Amino acid sequence: MREVSRDRIKAFITLLPSVVLIGVFVYGFIGNTVWISMTDWRGGAALSENPVKNFIGMQNYVELFSGFLDGRFRQDLVNAVYYSVLLLVGAVGIGMFIAILLDRKPRGEDFLRTVFLYPMSLSFIVTGTIWRWLLAPQGGVNLLPTYLGGKALDFQWLSSMKTVLLFDWQNLFPILLYLAAFVLILLGLGKLRRDPSRAFKHYLVPGVVLGAVVWLFGDLLPRALFMEEEHGFNLATLGIILATIWQYSGYTMALYLAGFNGISQDLMDAARLDGASDFDYYMHVAIPMLKPITISAVIILSHISLKMFDLIFAMTGPDNAATGHPALDMYLTTFRANDFAKGAAIAIVLFLVAGTFIIPYLVTSYRQRRNAR
Amino acid sequence: MKNSLAKLLFVVAAIAVFGAFPVQAASNLSGDLEIFSWWAGDEGPALEALIDIYKKENPNVKVINATVTGGSGVNAKSVLKTRMLGGNPPDSFQVHAGQELIGTWVKADRMEDLTPIFKANGWMEAFPKGLIKLIGTDKGIWSVPVNIHRSNVMWFIPANLKKWGIEAPRTWGEFFAVADGLKAKGIVPLALAQNWTANHLWESVALASLGADKWDALWAGDLAFDSPEGVKVWELFGKVLKYTNTDAPSLSWQQATDMVVDGRAAFNIMGDWAAGYMNTTKKLAPGTGFGWSASPDTTGAFMFLADSFCLPKGAPHRDNAVAWLEVLGSREGSDTFNPIKGSISARLDSDLSKYNAYGQSAATDFGKDHIVGSLAHGVTANEGFMNDFASVMEMFLKSKNAQAAAKAAQQIAVKNGIAK
Repeated sequence: MREVSRDRIKAFITLLPSVVLIGVFVYGFIGNTVWISMTDWRGGAALSENPVKNFIGMQNYVELFSGFLDGRFRQDLVNAVYYSVLLLVGAVGIGMFIAILLDRKPRGEDFLRTVFLYPMSLSFIVTGTIWRWLLAPQGGVNLLPTYLGGKALDFQWLSSMKTVLLFDWQNLFPILLYLAAFVLILLGLGKLRRDPSRAFKHYLVPGVVLGAVVWLFGDLLPRALFMEEEHGFNLATLGIILATIWQYSGYTMALYLAGFNGISQDLMDAARLDGASDFDYYMHVAIPMLKPITISAVIILSHISLKMFDLIFAMTGPDNAATGHPALDMYLTTFRANDFAKGAAIAIVLFLVAGTFIIPYLVTSYRQRRNAR
Repeated sequence: MKNSLAKLLFVVAAIAVFGAFPVQAASNLSGDLEIFSWWAGDEGPALEALIDIYKKENPNVKVINATVTGGSGVNAKSVLKTRMLGGNPPDSFQVHAGQELIGTWVKADRMEDLTPIFKANGWMEAFPKGLIKLIGTDKGIWSVPVNIHRSNVMWFIPANLKKWGIEAPRTWGEFFAVADGLKAKGIVPLALAQNWTANHLWESVALASLGADKWDALWAGDLAFDSPEGVKVWELFGKVLKYTNTDAPSLSWQQATDMVVDGRAAFNIMGDWAAGYMNTTKKLAPGTGFGWSASPDTTGAFMFLADSFCLPKGAPHRDNAVAWLEVLGSREGSDTFNPIKGSISARLDSDLSKYNAYGQSAATDFGKDHIVGSLAHGVTANEGFMNDFASVMEMFLKSKNAQAAAKAAQQIAVKNGIAK
């Protein structure tokens, strides 16, 4: 008994410094940022030694989401969604594809693995500079077709002003609810085969009802903004997404390759004996087994996509609003416009978005660990 | 072991002795001097020339030249903020004279009043009265101007214009008349670069559309940004933009100037640091190799901006910094720096023979034109307005909606305390 309590004391003392440091430098500063975001710390005197800060509640947040002048933040938020989704699809898809090819043990596998992993070792600034040159309107990628005898492209990879998939920010609430209904129905269809009654009760029926209600009574929902404001997918972000996928697909490839190597050869032989083709083996055996790897790749990539800053800064500069990102907006608002309060509010919004990715992951992995015990 | 320790002690003692009694020199200042600026690359040699003068006068001071690159100081300003807030100010830093310094650092009470230095050196008479008013407030004078730049200048290559059979337009009407012909020949009429150069072009267009008096009224809060005149500025600007290159956001200002030099573009509106670039880097002779005129419809107005250095409170080597400021304000320093930088001296008694043809012409205009302040380079508006204006500009570049842009500009002017 005494052994145990002494052990505990030792453990406590060992952990204490890091608990204190994390408490102060992580949670303390998160708290401080929340506080700053609820003040009016901005303007000329903001940089004096003892600046005046008055509590103004949620006003900064209200302005960000519905103020006349903060359209840029809203566009950046929409951009961030597209950056995240396309980076995930691109990097996971391409990474998995390359991993499957390399798992077939072609000649020179070691060499190719290094080649594909290499972009990871570059910093975002270097990647950004290289790709800015490659994507220059009159050079690089746009000249590729001329080598095949075609005409040079004239797509403005980084400065296109075109926007597709436009939607009006006023209709934000109905759109979000439609999205939720769509996801519910999709999940329900996925579970239909295994557990039909549960799929209907928990996913399909609520999804359809939600969609129908929004369709019928959507006009009663409050407008998110007092004026029309269109946002959408800016084509200028394509160049940046391309560079990010280039940099990170090697990383997901390495994750999957390690996973594939960990699958025992017996399993593959067994699948073969049962008459599975290569495609069937990967589709129904190998990839489902690597679900934990897929999840961690998604978590890592999505939080990387929320921290995109240096790449955008290097490729299109701070003031190219079409390719903006909340992280960049936060920096400019805080350190260029001296609007510390609103900058802090943007930071907190980003923090909450990151939380929606990470907290479910932490909860499930905690549960799994407890169940395993 | 003992022997080597003795040797070491001897060496340490020797260093201490020689360090403590330096050779007698022009001044007895010693220690470090850290100067913070964004003058690297093409503008670096001009700063080096100033540092050389300083080193000659103060041989025992070690000068630390801390530069953070980026045109117009885009990156340097944020680095500076981090250092100032962290209690680690440089001894002296570069800043655009006017509201950029006053609206941020003077309001925050972090600068030292330089009036005593101005009085002791006789600078109250050496600099134009209008300029001193702009770099000061009722509480003092806050920076020493090193140079004067002109913002509203249009650059071209005379030989190219001759080849194309056109002349430099004096009004936007004349510009539009020749621009379509140039476009048909595959030449870009007006070269433009990334976002801040669009702001730069905007101020020249606005000055042309409003005239100097109304431009002043705009910043005094007497003319609204969304007044009919204000909307007209954006309309004209939108029309001008149609004649610029489509790849502008991916170019630096030097690359836009290169387009003119290479004959891919006809004109470029840029501050007169472009003269320094074409003269020093591109080896073109002013007047014959490259030509200039006031940007269309702004003849008789001189839109100025000035780089200056200042003295933050709590500078670690204050005496060295004061000596640095004295070099900057002196006639010798000013006339050494400006010919290399491609700007003109802020002093009234500068030696014009040291300047090239462009500098002489600019100095003459500075003496007789209506002087107005630049927006893009921090004279007329504080940093909050400038940051928000970049967003308004982006909005306009995308939507080309003059009404909306004028309205947004008025809103940010109210927010940042310029308009009422």
